[in-house]
Amino acid sequence: MEMVLIYLRVFVIGGFICLIGQILINVTKLTSARILVVFLLLGIVLESFGLFEPIKQFGRAGATIPITGFGATLAKGAIEGVKKQGLFGAITGGIQAGAMGLSTAIFVGFIVALVSKPRTK
Amino acid sequence: MKLEGNEKKEYLAFVRKESPKTEHAKTMTRAFFLGGIICCIGQGISDLLRYLAPTLEEKIIMSFTLLIIITITGILTGFGIYDKIGDWGGAGSIIPITGFANSIVSPAIERKTEGVVLGLCNNMFTIAGPVIVIGLTVSVLVGLIYWFIGVI
Repeated sequence: MEMVLIYLRVFVIGGFICLIGQILINVTKLTSARILVVFLLLGIVLESFGLFEPIKQFGRAGATIPITGFGATLAKGAIEGVKKQGLFGAITGGIQAGAMGLSTAIFVGFIVALVSKPRTK
Repeated sequence: MKLEGNEKKEYLAFVRKESPKTEHAKTMTRAFFLGGIICCIGQGISDLLRYLAPTLEEKIIMSFTLLIIITITGILTGFGIYDKIGDWGGAGSIIPITGFANSIVSPAIERKTEGVVLGLCNNMFTIAGPVIVIGLTVSVLVGLIYWFIGVI
């Protein structure tokens, strides 16, 4: 039963973030690059003020899978970097924390694009 | 030709009448549903990892969840399936990290005909570029501010 509740929360939080995005697209006609940037910045700002952690505790993957979670990871990396290594960590912390997402996306992207055939739309 | 005054007003009214209406209720429901589903899949993957390797740190489990979900998206994009999901689900397919992965793979495949370096590599970041640049810049800024506050 607890399991069902957790997944329900994940579903609602993740769905809600995407719903806000869809409203933004419908109302302002933002392109997907801008939408991604807006939600990334939202994640960075929320994390910087310590507001992302409670959302993450409640919504789990519903908070971390949207790009907002990636933004939060970058900001968290930078802040933790400062705690561990001072100025050095301030600059390297973000990209270190985001390394898994970035490297995988670029690596998989390159390999997949190399082997798949372009489609005419 | 430049339209003025009434002509312009009439033209804009005409465009508004003729352009397809955004179906708010439908697109919003679909975005909510797809976004929720993708996040639940992510939660499922991380729960499975936690079950298989209970000793792993939470941070590493999250990283591997991303690895798996991005790889799946990459492959689905390669087969043209993710773009179909995207047509259906709108923002629900863009905002999750899967949308970010798709935005790297999709243009790369499309422009592959222009060559590997100039076509494929060059176009991987048409959408992801701004995300990476802004994400890194702002995170460094956050780090610097945090460091500066600490120094004072």
